[in-house]
Amino acid sequence: MTEAVPTPGPAAALRRAIPEVVGILVRRGADFASAEDAVQTALVRALERPGPEGVRDIRAWLVTVAWRAFLDQVRSDTARAAREERLAQEPESGPVPQHDDTLGLYFLCTHPVLTPTSAIALTLRAVAGLTTRQIADAFLVPEATMAQRISRAKQRLVGIALDQPGDLSRVMRVLYLLFNEGYSGEIDIAAEAIRVTRQLAVLTDEPEVDGLLALMLLHHARQPARVLGGRLIPLAEQDRTLWDVDAITEGVAILQSALACDRLGQYQAQAAIAALHADAPTADETDWVQIVEWYDELLTFGDSPVIRLNRAVAVGEADGPQAGLAALHPVGEDVPRYHAALAYLHERAGVTDAAAAEYAEAARRATSALEQEHLLRQAERLRQPRR
Amino acid sequence: MAKYLMLKHYRGGRPSVNSVPMDQLTPDEWAAHIQYMQDMEERLIASGELVSSEGLAMEGAWVRFDGEGRPPVVDGPFAETKDLIAGWMMIEVDSYQRALDVASELSAAPWAGGTPLGEWLELREVMSAPPADVG
Repeated sequence: MTEAVPTPGPAAALRRAIPEVVGILVRRGADFASAEDAVQTALVRALERPGPEGVRDIRAWLVTVAWRAFLDQVRSDTARAAREERLAQEPESGPVPQHDDTLGLYFLCTHPVLTPTSAIALTLRAVAGLTTRQIADAFLVPEATMAQRISRAKQRLVGIALDQPGDLSRVMRVLYLLFNEGYSGEIDIAAEAIRVTRQLAVLTDEPEVDGLLALMLLHHARQPARVLGGRLIPLAEQDRTLWDVDAITEGVAILQSALACDRLGQYQAQAAIAALHADAPTADETDWVQIVEWYDELLTFGDSPVIRLNRAVAVGEADGPQAGLAALHPVGEDVPRYHAALAYLHERAGVTDAAAAEYAEAARRATSALEQEHLLRQAERLRQPRR
Repeated sequence: MAKYLMLKHYRGGRPSVNSVPMDQLTPDEWAAHIQYMQDMEERLIASGELVSSEGLAMEGAWVRFDGEGRPPVVDGPFAETKDLIAGWMMIEVDSYQRALDVASELSAAPWAGGTPLGEWLELREVMSAPPADVG
């Protein structure tokens, strides 16, 4: 075993190769759980012991090391002696890229037998190629817990073949959940979600995947302006010069070509709304009429109180706060951020006392510390107007 | 996916179903109670849901800032406190329903006579990252 270990620089390249390498091991006869373990072993080895020389073909290196790790594992299991014999005789041929295997891995990691929490963890490891420790750190749970979450997820997948056609809408739902997790530490989870969605867009011919990618890019573009000095900055007050212009340009271009396919779906509709915000040089120049139209379009793909709430806020901008309040009323106060929306519309309507009380109520119900602090500031501002 | 804190109270919470005071438990009953919670921790690690679990010492004090350059004001050990937290488990689960089920399981730890303690646990959701911008 003399092959050089990749230098730290190609860590990203290593991770990109993970899903394909897992697929190659499975095609050579490894079961998914063992293949994934073996690739993780190889990945950790590469990340922990960077060698002096780079390796030109990272994928080939990973396949070699992972395959050996897999064989070691099989050999250590004496009850599988016969199987070892068969597998050991498989030639170590060079890896052959198979897009279907990689796509199959997306389906497997988001399989309906998995809970969303398990699907997210497994996707981050087997598709995004993060280590268990990195995932545990990102979600602020102990490594032992995350290791078990991943291990149980893999156990649930025993007997499910990698090449079974899967449910693309479920893959997209899990990736969108992942994107919205919002945690970040050493690893930017949202950026990882964008990366694996970008890879999925290459593997599929589905405008909704492009729509999802565009949506993520357009939202992520605002990230630098969302929190400043520990404070949450609402969309209307964000410094738009901080937005990532490249991400916006790319997101809009991807969305436009997706829309040209004329197969509209919820992610394209949401991306269109995000694009209209991105398009406005100032908050005042936002095309709210078109945004309301896109919310109406979005509702045709599935009614949801959250969409209706966001639509009501848009109606408030397009047609005035009274129209917004009328649209908001039937949504119901159990929907998250109902009181925040109510407060905002009341403030716009000039009903300051009610607005202050609603901001305070929204703060009481907030499940994010940053948002709570923001809402308390709004309540405070309305109770004590500045001179 | 959300994190929940289950708070156990020595006192200050609502009375448990099995109301035998702690100091009247036999050593075996106490051991069974502790074993149940350790087993439960292991189950929650195995299910990939445990974030943390700690018991707190009975002794404690109230402490507060008393002005720049002055020593802190200390009141204790808990002479008059009405509420005393015994410990916690924090879990990360898929749903509120699952959090309720785990809390119910924890509440069922055996107590005097080997019957479930049936203590009231305070269940609190942990604050998360802020939601994305509207739009």
